[in-house]
Amino acid sequence: MSHFSPALRAKAEATVALYPKKRSALIPLCHLAQGQDGYLTEAAMVEIGELCEVTAAEVRGTATFYDMLHTDPVGKYVVGICTNIACMLAGGDDLLEHAEQRLGCAVGGTTTDGLFTLEETECLADCDIAPCVQVNHRFVRTTTPEALDALLDELAAGGRVDEIPSHGTLIRVERTVGLQVPKDVIAEERAAAGAAQAARMEGSK
Amino acid sequence: MADDATPVTIRFTLDGREVEANKGEMLIAAAERSGTYIPRFCYHPRMEPVGVCRMCLVEVEGPRGTTLMPSCYIAPSDGMVVRTDSEKVKKAQDGVLEFLLANHPLDCPVCDKGGECPLQDQTLAYGPGESRFIEEKRHFEKPVPISDLVLLDRERCIQCSRCTRFAAEVAGEAQIAFSGRGDLVEVAPFPTEPFTSHFSGNTVQICPVGALTAKPYRFAARPWDLDQAESTCTGCSVGCRVAVQSSQDRLTRVLGVDGEVSHGWLCDKGRFGFEAVTGAHDADSEPGRVTTPMLKKNGELVPVTWSEALSAAAAALSTAGSAVGVIGGAQFTNEGAYAWVKLAKGIIGTDSVDAQLDDGLPASLVFGLPAATILDLDTANAVLTITGDLSEELPVLFLRLREAAHRGTPIVQIHQHPDSVTSIAHSALAVRSGDTDAVVRMLCGDDVQAAQLRNHPEGLSFDPAALEAAKAALPHGGKGLVVIVGRENLAEDGTLTAAAAKRIAGAFPEATFLVGLRRANVRGALDLGLTPGFLPGRVTLAEGQSRYAGTWATTPSATGLSTVEQLRALATGAAGAPSVLVLLGSDPLTDLPDGALAAAGLAKATTTIVVSGHHTATTAQADIVLPVTVANERTGTTTNVEGRVSVLAPAVAAPGQAWSDWTIATALADALGADLGLETVDAFAAEIAALAPSHRGLSAQLLAGASGDGIIIPVGSSPIHGAQPLDPTAFPGVKAVPARPLGTEQASLPEGAPASGGAALLAAIPEAVSVPGPDGYALRLTVQRRLYDGGATVTNSPSLAPLVDGATVKVHPSALDRLGVASGTVVRLRSAAAHLDLPAISDKTVIKGTAVLSFNHATADHAGNAAASLIDASAVVTDVRMETR
Amino acid sequence: MSTTIVTARRAFDDSFTIERALATGAYEGLKKALSMTPEAVCAEVDAASLLGRGGAGFPAGRKWSMLRKNPTTYLVINGDESEPATFKDHYLIERDPHQLVEGVIIAAYALQVTQAFIFIRGEFALGLERVTQAINEAYAHGALGRNIFGSGFSLDLVVHPGAGAYICGEETALLESLEGKRGFPRIKPPFFPAAIGLYGEPTVVNNVETVSNLPWIVSNGGAAFAALGEGRSTGTRLFALSGDVERPGVFEVEMVKSTFRDLIERPELGGGVRGGKAVKAIIPGGVSAPWFFPEDLDTPLGQDEVAAKNSMLGSGSIVVMDETRCMVRAAWRITKFFSRESCGQCTPCREGSGWLERVLYRLEHGGGRMEDVDLLLDLCDNIAPGLTWPPQQTTICVLGPSIPSSIHSAISRFREEFIAHVHDGGCRHGR
Ligand SMILES: Cc1cc2nc3c(=O)[nH]c(=O)nc-3n(C[C@H](O)[C@H](O)[C@H](O)COP(=O)(O)O)c2cc1C
Ligand code: SF4
Ligand code: FES
Repeated sequence: MSHFSPALRAKAEATVALYPKKRSALIPLCHLAQGQDGYLTEAAMVEIGELCEVTAAEVRGTATFYDMLHTDPVGKYVVGICTNIACMLAGGDDLLEHAEQRLGCAVGGTTTDGLFTLEETECLADCDIAPCVQVNHRFVRTTTPEALDALLDELAAGGRVDEIPSHGTLIRVERTVGLQVPKDVIAEERAAAGAAQAARMEGSK
Repeated sequence: MADDATPVTIRFTLDGREVEANKGEMLIAAAERSGTYIPRFCYHPRMEPVGVCRMCLVEVEGPRGTTLMPSCYIAPSDGMVVRTDSEKVKKAQDGVLEFLLANHPLDCPVCDKGGECPLQDQTLAYGPGESRFIEEKRHFEKPVPISDLVLLDRERCIQCSRCTRFAAEVAGEAQIAFSGRGDLVEVAPFPTEPFTSHFSGNTVQICPVGALTAKPYRFAARPWDLDQAESTCTGCSVGCRVAVQSSQDRLTRVLGVDGEVSHGWLCDKGRFGFEAVTGAHDADSEPGRVTTPMLKKNGELVPVTWSEALSAAAAALSTAGSAVGVIGGAQFTNEGAYAWVKLAKGIIGTDSVDAQLDDGLPASLVFGLPAATILDLDTANAVLTITGDLSEELPVLFLRLREAAHRGTPIVQIHQHPDSVTSIAHSALAVRSGDTDAVVRMLCGDDVQAAQLRNHPEGLSFDPAALEAAKAALPHGGKGLVVIVGRENLAEDGTLTAAAAKRIAGAFPEATFLVGLRRANVRGALDLGLTPGFLPGRVTLAEGQSRYAGTWATTPSATGLSTVEQLRALATGAAGAPSVLVLLGSDPLTDLPDGALAAAGLAKATTTIVVSGHHTATTAQADIVLPVTVANERTGTTTNVEGRVSVLAPAVAAPGQAWSDWTIATALADALGADLGLETVDAFAAEIAALAPSHRGLSAQLLAGASGDGIIIPVGSSPIHGAQPLDPTAFPGVKAVPARPLGTEQASLPEGAPASGGAALLAAIPEAVSVPGPDGYALRLTVQRRLYDGGATVTNSPSLAPLVDGATVKVHPSALDRLGVASGTVVRLRSAAAHLDLPAISDKTVIKGTAVLSFNHATADHAGNAAASLIDASAVVTDVRMETR
Repeated sequence: MSTTIVTARRAFDDSFTIERALATGAYEGLKKALSMTPEAVCAEVDAASLLGRGGAGFPAGRKWSMLRKNPTTYLVINGDESEPATFKDHYLIERDPHQLVEGVIIAAYALQVTQAFIFIRGEFALGLERVTQAINEAYAHGALGRNIFGSGFSLDLVVHPGAGAYICGEETALLESLEGKRGFPRIKPPFFPAAIGLYGEPTVVNNVETVSNLPWIVSNGGAAFAALGEGRSTGTRLFALSGDVERPGVFEVEMVKSTFRDLIERPELGGGVRGGKAVKAIIPGGVSAPWFFPEDLDTPLGQDEVAAKNSMLGSGSIVVMDETRCMVRAAWRITKFFSRESCGQCTPCREGSGWLERVLYRLEHGGGRMEDVDLLLDLCDNIAPGLTWPPQQTTICVLGPSIPSSIHSAISRFREEFIAHVHDGGCRHGR
C-alpha cells in the first residue's frame, strides 16, 4: 500500500527516473514527502527506501543529516531567522528573541495551534536585507519586529498563500515531463561523444 | 592468484628505518607488521578504510614540507618517508584523544569494555589536558537496543562508524545507520525496521569502546577475570576460529578471531549459543542439559549411576547382536566419531551407522567431488550455488561469499526461494522443487529441458535472460569455478541435488566443490565412517577390510542401512531391521524431515539408547540416556565444511556426570566385554592418523604448529600457515591475523600424503532421478532451514530463544487470491502424509506454484517441527494443497 | 561604470524570464560554442584564465583539462552557497537563471558531458523554481535535450535541491548528497572529483558564478575576459558586501582594479561604513578566511593579492565590522556556525568545534577564565597545526582548519578584549 497519494507516487517515480542511480532521488523524494505530510513520516521513509532501493534506516540516516528535513511534525509555517554574522550585526538575535516572545515558543518549538515553528538558522544567503527571515524557505525580507508581527498576523489569518505554501512544499514548478533524453540514448551518445573526442585528441597530438 | 604469485614489495622509510609493504596495503598495516603500532579507532583490517577518527595521523614528507596524513588511508609508495613518533604526530594524536574524551562519560568502572578498551588504554598513557574540558558533556538516555541482542550507549560512542560500516559493507544489511550531524551524530536503527542481522554481535566485538554491548555479556564479567581458550566454533560446519572466554567455570563470551576461514566474524548463534552450555549469566533458568545417566524404569526416566546405565545398554546391545542401528554423531569430535565407529563397525559389527538424518547428501558424493576450500572463494572466477539460504545455514560462509561478490566475482545461483545469496547474485535462477537438475542441464547447454519446464501450468519459473547471463558467467570447463552445493529443500529427495551436483562435475571437470553440509562436524563424522558403506578415511568397506583387519576385531561385510532405511525397516518390521537404536547426540523426532517416520521407527525399537548433551524430544522417549559433553567442554578436533581439521579446546568443565563422546564409547565397549584399545583422546587421534588414509600425517604437533585455522586434509592438499598469536582480549577484533602474512612458515609435510576421495565414488550417485509431473492444483513444497530454529542450542539459549519464529507458509499472492483469503489467514496445508494448519503469508517473491515453509518451527497446534509432519521420506518431491480451514 | 559580465541584465526586473533573456542575447554564446569544436571552447576558457568562483579559485580551464577522457563523465554545478555572508550565487540563480543554464550547456559541450546537474541549496525555493522553469524553457527552446540547436550534441540537465547543510558546498560532500547520502566529504586522495566523482566516475564541479561567465567569454572571446583584471585574477567578480556598511549588496567589480576600501566606501558600491564609523575588522572572503584590519583596506580585490596578506578572497563575501563591535561575540558566532555545520566525521572538527564554541560562549556570556584564551589557541592548533595560512589540517576537509581562522584572528589582534571579558564576567557591549 502506497503511503504517497497516487499523484505524488507518480511524481516520485518520475523524479527517480531523472537520475542515473535511484538513490540520487532520495533527498528530492524527502522534499516531496514533506510536501504531502509536512514532515517525514515513518511510512514515507519506508516508501522512499523502496523507491531508492535502500533501507529505511539509510533514508532516516540521510534525512536527519539535513536541517530542512524533519522527522517530527512541524508547524504549517516554519519561520527561520538568521543570526549568523551579517544578520547578527543587523540585530538578528533581537529579532529572534522577539519572535520567541511573540510566538510563545522557544527556538525549535511549535506554537500550540500548530501554525508556526520557529528556527534559528545559519546564513541564508540574503545578507543585504538583514536580519534575514524565511518562512517555508521563502525570503520574506522582513527585518523589523513590527514587520515580522504583521507578517505573522497575515499568515495566521490565512493570507499570502500564493506566495508562501505550507511547509514542505519546496518548489511548485516541476520539470516538464517528456523532455528527458532517454537513458539508453544518453548512454549511446556518451559513448559516441567519448570516442569522437578521443579520436580528436589523438588527431591533435 | 597472480597478485600473490608475483608479490610487489614497496620500500619506504618509517621512523628512520627502511621497511617493506605489500602493494595496496595501508601504511597502518605495514607499520604494524614491522613492529610499529599506530593507534587507531575507525580502521578495521577487514573493512574499507574511511579515515574519520584521525587517531592514526602520521607525518609524511612531501614536496612542500610534511603533512599529517591518516595512516589507515594511505598506501606507502616507494621511497616515502614517514614519521610516527615526531612531536607533531604526538600532539595531533593527543589532540584527537582529548577531543574524543571531551564528551566521553569516562564511566570505565561500570563499562563492559573497561580493561580492554583502546580509548581507556590510550588515555592512561596520556597525561595532562584531560581536565581542560569543563563544559557540560553530551548527555543521552541510558542504553537503547539496536537489535534483539545488542544495546547502544550513545554517550560512549566515538562515531568511528565501524558498526554501521559492518552492517552495510560486510553483512549487507544497512539497518543501522548514522543519523544527525556534527556532534549529534548517533547510530540508529529505523524504529519500525529493526537490525535483524544474523551478524549483529560482530558490531559489539569491533566497537572500539564500550558503546555497543551484547545483552548476553553485559556486566557478566570483567575482562581481567576471564580465562580464555582458543577453539573452533561448532555452531555449524563453517568452523569459525574463536576465543572462548569463561569466568569461574561459566562461559561468558565468545569472540571471533581473525583467520582465513572466518576473517574474524561470527554469526549470532555461534557467538551467543554458549548460553545453551552453561546457561545465561543473568537468567535463573538452567540450560536443559542432561547431567546424569538415566534409565527408563516403570515407564519413567530416572537418574542412575553410570555403571547401571552402561550395564543396561550393554545388555540390550548384547541381545541385539549386530541388529543395531546408530544414528547421529555429527556433533561429536573426530576422536569421538572414530571411537563410535570402531565400537559399532569394529565390535558390534553393524554398518547401519549414519551421521546424517536424511538432511544431508550421500557420502560418496561428498568424497567423490573434487574439493574446494573457503579460501578458493577469494580467487574464484565464478561461484555457483545450489543450497539453502547460506546466511541461515552456514552464516559466515555467506559473509565470505559476499566478499567475493563485492570483489566482482559473479555468483550464479539456482534457488527455490530468493534468499541472502540472491541479493548478491550475478544471476539467479528460480526453480521449483524437483526441477533443479533440469535447470542444471539447461545451464550445461541441454535445451531439451526447456519445453518441459515451460509446460508447467504456472509457466517458466525463471527469466530466460538470467539463464543466458548465468551461462556466460560460468567459466568454460569450470576453471576457477567453485560450486557450493547443499540441501536446499528438505521436502525433496536429496538424490535430486546429488544428481545435479554430479552432472555439474561432469560438465565442468575443473570445477571444485564445497559441499554445504550443515552440522558442526558432519564432515569429520563422514570421513571417519559414521555412514553406511565406509570405514574411516573415506574408504569403502571392501577397501578398508584389510586396512583395519589388524587393529579392529571385525569390519562389516555388507553396506548397512541409512537413517531413513533403519527407521523404515523398524516401522514396517522388515527383515534386517535393527532392534536397538543408538542415537549419538541426534534428535530424529525433531530433526528428521519425515517426522512421522521418526516417530514410527523409534516406537518400534526394543531399546533406544541416546547419548545426548541436552534434553530433547528424543531423549524424552529413550530407554537409556547417557550424558555427553558438548561444545566448549571438549578436547579433540573437528572438521569443517572444507575438510579442515582444527582444534577444540575445553573452556569449562562439563556439568554433573557428563562424559566425553569417546569415553562413553570406550566404557560401553568395556561393558560389552570388548576393548577399543585406546584410552586417551591423543591415542584416538594417533590411531586415526595411522589408519585413516584421509588423515595421514595429521599429528598433534602439526596441528599445534599450524594457525588456529587448522589443516585441510589430506595433509598437503593446501598450504599450512604457521601459528599466529591470539590476543583478542587486548583489542577485540582490532588486531588481526593477515590471511597471507609475509614470510609465513610452511609446516613441513609428511611424505606421500594421499589424494582425496576419488571420482570413482561418484558412480554410486544416480545420473538422474525421475520427478513426478506437476499437479495443477497443488503447490510444490520447499522446506528450508533457519538459523534460529527449535534446536537445542537456540531453545536453550535465553537470548536466542525469543528469536525463533512461528511456522508460516509463504505463497505467491496469486495462490491466496485463488483461495480468496488475506495474507496472515490460517490455512490448511494437506500433503499425502498429513495436514497442517498455519498462517499463510503472501510473498510476491515466492515462485508461483510453490509453497515455502521453514524447518523446525512450531505452529499453534503443532509443537516442535511442524514442517516435518508434511514430509514423506519416500517421495521424491512433496506436493501440498492449500485449503481454507 | 566598468564592464558587467554576469550582472548585465541587472536593470531588468523580469531578467529571469526567457523572453527578456532572449531579447538580451541569451543562448547566443551557446550557439557560437556549438559552432566551435569542444576543444576550441576549452581553449577560450583557458585563455580567459577564469578562476573558479566557489572559493578555492582553481582555474576552470585547468580543472577541465584534468577530466579523464571517459564516456561516462558528469558536470555538476555547485549552487549550494552557504558560506556565511555569501549571497552572490543567490543573485545569479534567482535573477538570471538562463545565463546559468546557458553556461552549464556550454561547459557540458566543452567537456562533452551529456548529463549535468545543478545542485541548488534547498533554502532557495524561489531560485529552484526559477531555474527549473528556465530548464523547461530551454528544453522547449531546443537549447537542452536531444540534438541541441541541431548540433548533434545532447544534454540532460537536472536541478537537484539540497536540504540544508553547509558542508554540501564542499564538492565531494555535494556529490555524496547528490548520490542520496549524508553529506560527508570524501577523504582525499583523490584530490579532485575529476578522477573519481559522481557515482565513481570522472566529474567536474563548478560554481554557479564560474559557469555564468561562460556565455560572455564565448561570445566575446577569452582574450577579452583576460583583458579585464590583472595577473591571475581576470575578468570581473561578484562581491557580496554585508555588515556595517550603508549599502550592503552584490556588486560586480573588475578584479584587482579596485580595493577593499573602494568596495566599502565608493558611493555606488558600499557607500561607506554605516553611521560614518571606523572599520574595526573585515572578513575578506567568507568566514573561513582570516580577518583583515584597517591597514589592509587598500589591498586590491585579487586572489593573489589577498593571499599575499595571508588570507583569501574565497567566496567573495566581505563582512564589515565597525569600531563598536565585540570581537569575542563575532568569533563565537562564527564558531557556533562551524559547530552546527561540521558534518561530524572527523574527531577534531566534530568535537573541537563544539568545545571552542562553548568556551567562547562562556567568555562572551560570563564564566570565562584567564586560561581560556590560550586553551582556545591550543585547541585551534590541534585542528590546524601551527595555525599557519594556508592551514595545515588534521581533518578530511578544510571545514576543520577553517574553524580557527576567526578565533585566531580575533585573539591575535584583540587579546585584551578577551581578557576584559574575563574580568568583566562577560561582554560589556551587549549585542
Ligand atoms: C566547507 C566548504 C564549503 C564550500 N561551499 C561552497 C559553496 O557553497 N559553493 C561553491 O561553489 N563552492 C563551495 N566550496 C568550494 C567547492 O568545494 C569547490 O571548490 C567549488 O564548488 C568548485 O567550483 P569552482 O572551481 O567553479 O570554484 C566549499 C568548499 C568547502 C571546503
Ligand atoms: S573537517 Fe569537519 S566538516 Fe570536514 S569532513 Fe571532517 S568533520 Fe566533516
Ligand atoms: S583515521 Fe585512521 S584509524 Fe581512524
